[in-house]
Amino acid sequence: MSEPVKNTLLFVLVGALILLTGFMQSWNSALMILNMGLISAIMAIGVNLQWGFAGLFNVGVMGFVALGGLAVVLVSTPPTPGAWTAGGFGILLALLLGAATIFAAVMIAQKMPKGRMRTLTMIVVLVAGFFVFRAVFDPNVAAVEAISPATSGHIGGLNLPVLLAWPAGGLFAAGAAWLIGKTALGLRSDYLAIATLGIAEIIIAVMKNEDWLARGVKNVIGLPRPVPYEIDLQNDPGFIERASSLGLDPVTASTLYVKLGYSVLFLIVLLVLLWMAQMALKSPWGRMMRAIRDNEVAAEAMGKDVTRRHLQIFVLGSAVCGIAGAMMTTLDGQLTPGTYQPLRFTFLVWVMVIVGGSGNNFGAVLGAMLIWFLWVQVEPIGLWLMQVLTAGLPDGSALKTHLLDSAAHMRLLTMGVVLLLVLRFSPRGLIPEK
Amino acid sequence: MDFLNALVALSNFVLVPAIAYGSQLALGALGVTLIYGILRFSNFAHGDTMAFGAMIAVLVTWWMQSVGIGLGPLPTALLALPFAILGCMILVLITDRLVYRFYREQKAKPVILVIVSMGVMFIMNGLVRFIIGPDDQRFADGERFLISAREFKQLTGLKEGLAIKTTQGITVVVAVIAVALLFWFLNKTRTGKSMRAYSDNEDLALLSGINPERVVMYTWLIVAALATTAGVLYGLDKSFKPFVYFQLLLPIFASAIVGGLGNPLGAIAGGFIIAFSEVTITYAWKKVLTYLMPESLEPSGLVQLLSTDYKFAVSFVILLIVLLFKPTGLFKGKAV
Repeated sequence: MSEPVKNTLLFVLVGALILLTGFMQSWNSALMILNMGLISAIMAIGVNLQWGFAGLFNVGVMGFVALGGLAVVLVSTPPTPGAWTAGGFGILLALLLGAATIFAAVMIAQKMPKGRMRTLTMIVVLVAGFFVFRAVFDPNVAAVEAISPATSGHIGGLNLPVLLAWPAGGLFAAGAAWLIGKTALGLRSDYLAIATLGIAEIIIAVMKNEDWLARGVKNVIGLPRPVPYEIDLQNDPGFIERASSLGLDPVTASTLYVKLGYSVLFLIVLLVLLWMAQMALKSPWGRMMRAIRDNEVAAEAMGKDVTRRHLQIFVLGSAVCGIAGAMMTTLDGQLTPGTYQPLRFTFLVWVMVIVGGSGNNFGAVLGAMLIWFLWVQVEPIGLWLMQVLTAGLPDGSALKTHLLDSAAHMRLLTMGVVLLLVLRFSPRGLIPEK
Repeated sequence: MDFLNALVALSNFVLVPAIAYGSQLALGALGVTLIYGILRFSNFAHGDTMAFGAMIAVLVTWWMQSVGIGLGPLPTALLALPFAILGCMILVLITDRLVYRFYREQKAKPVILVIVSMGVMFIMNGLVRFIIGPDDQRFADGERFLISAREFKQLTGLKEGLAIKTTQGITVVVAVIAVALLFWFLNKTRTGKSMRAYSDNEDLALLSGINPERVVMYTWLIVAALATTAGVLYGLDKSFKPFVYFQLLLPIFASAIVGGLGNPLGAIAGGFIIAFSEVTITYAWKKVLTYLMPESLEPSGLVQLLSTDYKFAVSFVILLIVLLFKPTGLFKGKAV
């Protein structure tokens, strides 16, 4: 079987699995799997850029995804009345002061001669800067959070169309990635891993605790969406007529219509990014990246600026993850910082890339769709399996209840087993790099 | 008097908790650093190994409590600890045999082993949740305090109380014993010496007839013992929750790297550095300062540098600073 035929068959298989869900369970769940699968595919493309192209070990995907989600709130929600005059500008000023302090410290580190004098000046600048920052920051934050705390208490957004939030999410993630890359990319691979793991936790901590930004764990709900609301469709006589001509009741038809709308939007973004990633892979730039990945020393000897190129692709890959994060928050219609967990948003994406085939964009997409399907469906399958296994046990026995309750945790186990099996027996993934 | 009060308040809220937390981190970091030294990769599954060991301790403790075995004022978990260590050892040996050995024979790159350890992390995490569930479990029993705040106030007549929890005392004692045993083993026994030789120079060690598989096996056994001890102590001191152990990964790695990866002494120092900075930076200093400063200068706010939710940020910033200025850690570690 030739390579393209095999790959096409693999994609057909995933498509068939989703169709099967539609026939066996419901079309709504099938479309839900498809939509999150498309978003996961974009995240996988981002990680594949970093790991597959350049060999950068980024385990902070969760942080960039969350930043994308934050962008949706800050771009598309209406601004809170009075928040900017009450303290918004003060907060901005405080953040600028904080940035200036760090910039000054970096300048001192670079410009002053090494010695005790430099260390002392740096400490003085940092400590003084910190207290000035807190002195400006705290009262302004209090002022913003005091504005009708039950419903808003945050600075709100720019009231722009929500689709603009997607590229903005990419920009947010890219900015954060640039900062991290500047400090951590010169280090060894494991250190980069630990650094990104840490930064992701910090981003989530900031989003949970800075209520003035996006209400923290109080969540922002009712985000604007790029597709019509179900209830509007159900009240639209033209839509009801078309639905009934297809033999669907208006409620099901409207939910399907909305989900299909998202699918089309996500598919467009995915195809554009996939095309760009393919072009990048084939270009001289992509060849250079792989050369750096395979032998840094040789690439450096050829005059390639390895650290700069690493920074470049780290920022690009993180931006792609940010776009996916913004899309996901739009799909959910709410930003809930408490739900971001590294196992789900970082390590699962890694499983997708490794299983699909690192270094191959189509592999990443395939892996994402397949693994997402498994992630969703392992739970019902596990439950069913447990019911079969425990059928012999008497009803109400402690062991049976425990086993049935625990079936939900089967998915972590399954993902681990899948990852280890692929790494062992097919380390290049389902669609290997050419 | 004010000075004494300030000192007591400081010990109560900063020193005692930080020493206990530091011991737990140090034990965790020792495990990470040993694996890095001998097997040469960063083990992402370490937090979940701790959780697995602690889980067995919780289960055995519950069983002992139900049949009425106990240690009186000490927590029953101490009796359960040996069983938990044994269980954890069996798990890591099985994992090594089924998973890691293959890549060792292939001489796979360290980063591949890190990804493999991600897979192991998923499985262990799933196992723990499967067996005991994702919720908080309490298993501490026995006397709650070595000395409670009220007793201390009556004893000394000071305004501030000093409370030392039994679990904090036990943490420090057990950690000291564990570290002493480890260093005795590494420095005095034949196996320990061959482990250090293997860590220093693999080829030379192989040439001198050291059996690598034996070294690796002993490493895993020690790591399992350390991880379980750290996990049980942390669970006793706070409470057992699988997800928290996963989050401990960051401060533990920070401790190991700050001290110098592969250097056991460094891991201990790193654990205490991280613990003390986390606690001091997130502590509200108002109380201590009120005692120390003249009345006119008394602080009006809480004098808290960062809210406690940012404790991860503290370990992270220290990690970055050390990496930027001294990439091999404070004590000389190794760099692969």
